[in-house]
Amino acid sequence: MPALGKLVQIEARLFLRDPMSFTIGLLLPSVILLGLGAIPALREPSPDMGGQRFIDYFAPSALVMAVAVVGLTNLPAVLATYRERGVLRRMRTTPVHPAKLLLAQMIVNLAAALASAVLVVVSGKLVFDVPMPQRPIGFAIAFVLGISSVFAIGMLVAAVAPTSRAASGLTTVLFMSVMFFGGVYLPRFMLPDAIARVGDYVPPGVQSLLDAWTGTAPAAAPLAVMAATAIAAGTLAARIFKWE
Amino acid sequence: MAIIEVRDLVKDYGSMRAVDGISFEVEEGEIFGILGPNGAGKTTTVECIEGLRSRDGGSVRVMGLDPERDGPELKQVLGIQLQESRLPDRIRVGEALDLYASFYRSPANTDRLIEKLGLERKRKTPFGKLSGGQQQRLSIALALVGNPRVAVLDELTTGLDPQARRDTWDLIEQVRNSGVTIILVTHFMDEAERLCDRIAVVDTGKIVALDTPAGLTARVSEEQRVRFRPSAAFADALLLDLPEVARVERSGPHVVVTGDGNVLQAVASVLARNQIVAAELRVEQVSLDDAFVALTGKSLEH
Repeated sequence: MPALGKLVQIEARLFLRDPMSFTIGLLLPSVILLGLGAIPALREPSPDMGGQRFIDYFAPSALVMAVAVVGLTNLPAVLATYRERGVLRRMRTTPVHPAKLLLAQMIVNLAAALASAVLVVVSGKLVFDVPMPQRPIGFAIAFVLGISSVFAIGMLVAAVAPTSRAASGLTTVLFMSVMFFGGVYLPRFMLPDAIARVGDYVPPGVQSLLDAWTGTAPAAAPLAVMAATAIAAGTLAARIFKWE
Repeated sequence: MAIIEVRDLVKDYGSMRAVDGISFEVEEGEIFGILGPNGAGKTTTVECIEGLRSRDGGSVRVMGLDPERDGPELKQVLGIQLQESRLPDRIRVGEALDLYASFYRSPANTDRLIEKLGLERKRKTPFGKLSGGQQQRLSIALALVGNPRVAVLDELTTGLDPQARRDTWDLIEQVRNSGVTIILVTHFMDEAERLCDRIAVVDTGKIVALDTPAGLTARVSEEQRVRFRPSAAFADALLLDLPEVARVERSGPHVVVTGDGNVLQAVASVLARNQIVAAELRVEQVSLDDAFVALTGKSLEH
């Protein structure tokens, strides 16, 4: 599929050329993890976190951030801008349907989120000896379902937002919620229990990531919710996506 | 055989009928103009031809293809330049052309295209850093990168400075000379007059006239006016006796003679016989502008 390959290549270059998407999308989550880890107290085991170190406890939240920054801010913003500026419309004048451009954008952004997540895991391991995910398969399932649900929501915003301003307004609210429930702003042990439990079901499902990372099998219900969210939001986005 | 056939095309937007029974044919190798005021239905008409919009009635064939049924196939042979369509700011000229070339089965040579459009030195320049004229040229290049047989160009020179407009016109003539049939949507009279073989004048969703530029002006009036300052006095009767002359008026030192298409030759030979020199001679013809106002009752906004 030469057209799709070419689209992925160009969209990847545009992603890397944009200093905002490059630094915030790719590097920020690792930088924050490393910054927090530089504080000695956060590298000590603490009874608040069941004897874990804060840095181990926070690592999955850095993953939430990696996924959310790319899937909820970059992806919808780029697509809404493409619609607003007539990039999608111009593609409609060619034999290649603009859905291929959407697909290319998803591939590039998924790769970016994945790269950002790998950076978090590897830098945590190398610098602070944060253990690698203990249940690799459970972790992979939780991560794939989590990233799918967040990206599907991002696509839904891109599908309906009439302008890039509207898209950024909507995504800011969603992004802040995901970050809050994902324990990025406040560590989750400081949240009321009810809110922390709600957070288990908010994409991308930080508790599932934490469980699988630290060696517990992730619970089925939150994973099912992530899968359902991904399918529902993704289907709806595909149905109502406006090309112009 | 006509390369484009449009019959009784109808398009409604809600209760508003934007295109109301338009029919025309475009011959291969022609530059066919669609001229009309803003909101006349020009863009909607070409969007139905391009397959970007579904029609509510009538039939459209482009090279025998139905734009609604054979969309992807049609787009292999149809180049489309849209008004108001941009690219990502950071994409470079060369990248955009390579990308769009990859969408077609038999694309044009992008190096030659870049050269033809005078963008050689801009190959590495991002879209956002191009001037308006350069962006427009890139947009034309993207419409031509698939080696189309038919090109539809919508409001091609809107927003360009006069030099860029003339350069663009030259380019369009080159494209036609290479065998591409062109539909040109415009609300500029001078552009239509300069480029088009035939013009459909569209107003409120209907074609009000379809003719060559000369035919359109002739349809309104065959009248010509000749204005000059005579070197010696003469009686009006000298000219009024000519069958070609309808009226003779004087304004200050000038004489204004109105008559049919041959009035200039008739007046010039009579003056020469009487050793009168016509200084500051000017011929005023009915312009396409006048024709447009007569046909639609509106003037074009510039």
